[in-house]
Amino acid sequence: MDFQLAWRNIWRNPRRTAVILVAVVIGVWSMICIAALMRGIVGGMVKNNIDTLTGHIQIHQRQYPDDPVVDYRITDPLAIQSILKKELPEGSMWSTRVRVNAVASNARHSTGVSMIGIEPEREAHISFIGAAVTQGRYLDESDTSSIVIGKALAEEFETEIGKKIILMSRDAPGDISSRAYRIVGLFQAEMEATEKGYVFIPIHTAQKMLKMGTAVSEIAILLPDADLSETTTAHLKDKIRDGDLIVRSWQTILPLVTAVLKLYDTFVFIWFLVIFVAMGFGIVNTTLMSVFERMREFGLLKALGMRPGRIIRGILTESAAILLLGIIIGNILGLLTNWGLSFGGIDLSELAQGVEYAGMARIIYPIVLVKDILAANLVVLLLGLIVSLYPAVKAARFTPVEALTHV
Amino acid sequence: MLIDVKMAWRNIWRNPRRTILTVLAIAFACVLLVFMLSFQFGSYDTMINASVKINTGHLQVQAEGYQSRKKMELVISDPRPVERMLDGIASVSAYTCRARGFALISTEKRSYGAMVVGVEPDREARVSTLKDIVQKGRYWNSPPTPEDLSGALVGRLLARNLGAEVGDEITILGQGRDGSVAATVLTVQGIYASGMDEFDRSAVHIPLATFQEVFFMDQAVHEVVVIADRLSSVPSIKATLQNQLARSAAPEKLTVLDWDELMPGLRQAIRMDLVSGSIFYMILIMVVAFSILNTFLMAILERTHEFGVMMAVGTQPGRLTRLVLTESAGMTLVGVMAGVTAGCLLTWYFQLHGIEISGSAELFKQYGIPPRLYPQLSLLSASIGPAVVFVITFLSALYPALKIRRLKPVEAMSH
Repeated sequence: MDFQLAWRNIWRNPRRTAVILVAVVIGVWSMICIAALMRGIVGGMVKNNIDTLTGHIQIHQRQYPDDPVVDYRITDPLAIQSILKKELPEGSMWSTRVRVNAVASNARHSTGVSMIGIEPEREAHISFIGAAVTQGRYLDESDTSSIVIGKALAEEFETEIGKKIILMSRDAPGDISSRAYRIVGLFQAEMEATEKGYVFIPIHTAQKMLKMGTAVSEIAILLPDADLSETTTAHLKDKIRDGDLIVRSWQTILPLVTAVLKLYDTFVFIWFLVIFVAMGFGIVNTTLMSVFERMREFGLLKALGMRPGRIIRGILTESAAILLLGIIIGNILGLLTNWGLSFGGIDLSELAQGVEYAGMARIIYPIVLVKDILAANLVVLLLGLIVSLYPAVKAARFTPVEALTHV
Repeated sequence: MLIDVKMAWRNIWRNPRRTILTVLAIAFACVLLVFMLSFQFGSYDTMINASVKINTGHLQVQAEGYQSRKKMELVISDPRPVERMLDGIASVSAYTCRARGFALISTEKRSYGAMVVGVEPDREARVSTLKDIVQKGRYWNSPPTPEDLSGALVGRLLARNLGAEVGDEITILGQGRDGSVAATVLTVQGIYASGMDEFDRSAVHIPLATFQEVFFMDQAVHEVVVIADRLSSVPSIKATLQNQLARSAAPEKLTVLDWDELMPGLRQAIRMDLVSGSIFYMILIMVVAFSILNTFLMAILERTHEFGVMMAVGTQPGRLTRLVLTESAGMTLVGVMAGVTAGCLLTWYFQLHGIEISGSAELFKQYGIPPRLYPQLSLLSASIGPAVVFVITFLSALYPALKIRRLKPVEAMSH
């Protein structure tokens, strides 16, 4: 009954209701879209980083993260892998790598790179490299002296597929060892730094070149769901009882990304509040107007014996009706916008260097989180009702006599 | 005209509560815009200056093609004519020459590939922060002693990776300008930390004279790095230099690059931030506009009777429209002025005290941004947001005001 009355009341002045409705709709729509965009930006960042050889969890020798050299290696990767086989959730994948710094050179150029020995088959499932080779081919299991390098590095080195490149690095005994590799493929990556900084060779060749036997530098794990990484990391730490090894989740490996995640969380919340305040003034003013217009009516209702509480409830119901309607339309528009954007994403390739500087992905796909939508809706509804209390209490305070004599 | 303004002013205050709420909404938007824009502009300046100071300088003179290809043989074979030109430009506050080459840096235990940068100790100290960020050991003396000439400054992370401490020897093995082997043994004289991991991991700084000797450079350098007295004089210095270089008789073709070309990512990141900021602000202004549209609408609809009477006694509809527009413009103006004042005060407070965004210090460090940011109040940042607010609210007031033209006196009076 209350709701029906309120619904009719708000449409007594359709224009006014429509105007405030538009304000609420734009507000809710922008909250949902901005939140989704922010999530999309961070999501792209996280995905990029996880793809770029981080994975969800990594296992290293304890000193390796601070000082990534051949000396700090996992000497018995098979033992670890058998633990992983038992303990990881269904659908997890992992791969071992040799990863050290090296100097790459050809006749005319030389530069520092990360030399990464990979298991071609397994690696393809867990990082970007499997799908990133755009010219030539990816490594396969039978390769021995093949190398895949980034397109940007190839350009810098003025080289191409079929040509040779020499890698030089310190081996396990402590001598400088070098070896020539033939370029079989060029890869392209989201970031130019990745294309310039990483070269890929087969893991057994790397092990032989660095004289490290079957040892590896790292084991990277990809879980079926990124959210499992913290709990799984804790679980693995429990199971791998080797004090010499360290198990870390991507949140720990990438402190900067974690910091950005937190920063954006705060930003989304501040945005919600700002938009709400802007909207709040309109809600109060509109409700006030409709209350003052109906002074006589409230006076009459009171004279007939209506309790102030009932009047407050009535006005709050009217506000709630407008807010709810605005929220519903805002949500629909917001979801439609994000749905539309989810096909092509927002392409920032024009600003590729700026995007790289900020560590973002080139194409941003909005990510709609249920918690953001709930937060936006709750902020609007609850705070909207709270600010409507002021006009509602005003209305409830009209005395019948004063109100009835009001023209 | 004056009487119209007076009447409008009185009309505004016929319903003080409503007016105050509307004014507050407008003021809120203005405060936010003034503060946010000042904050953005301030942090851009900080970012640019920090990046410029750590490495690139405001401007660089290089041989054409060096920036994109970084080839050792693309040199300025004699920097002296360029230096003379720079001496003649008043807004140049400092400059220095640098040369770079890639080399394998080794200690007894480790070796890493890194960029070797040859710098002029005295001049470098005036151009970049290198001298100030030396944390262990010391910077070169002025003038350099003979042992300084074999002293190298190494980045914190590179030193850690190399396992090198101050006083240790490092071997440099690279390729000279003519393609021959360039090798020497130097002593780690200092270790610096800029906070930017990328920078601290990738470079060794040595005196330019040593560099030129080891890499067979003769008098040649790769970059002349220029610091302007302020960011805004960069374009004029660039133009002057370009002009003079075009007329000079240097054996190779030289170009002038400004910070924007030296760090294209930074400018684009700033543009991205500005564009996304503007989108936020437009949405905010739209919400505010619709929030207050009702005030304007009601101010007219509830006075239909009044307008009917005025028209019946001979007031032109045009004058009524003008009156109503004056009212809404007056209301907006009060809001804008209150907002600008409050916004400037707020910004000014933070301009003095700075803002620390909690938890992001580590993040900012990687971009060379200090943890405490200072908004920069300027005429532009204080006026552009409020001006847009004024225009948009005025536009939203147009719709109800134009409705008056359609009023018929008789109908209106019987409303």
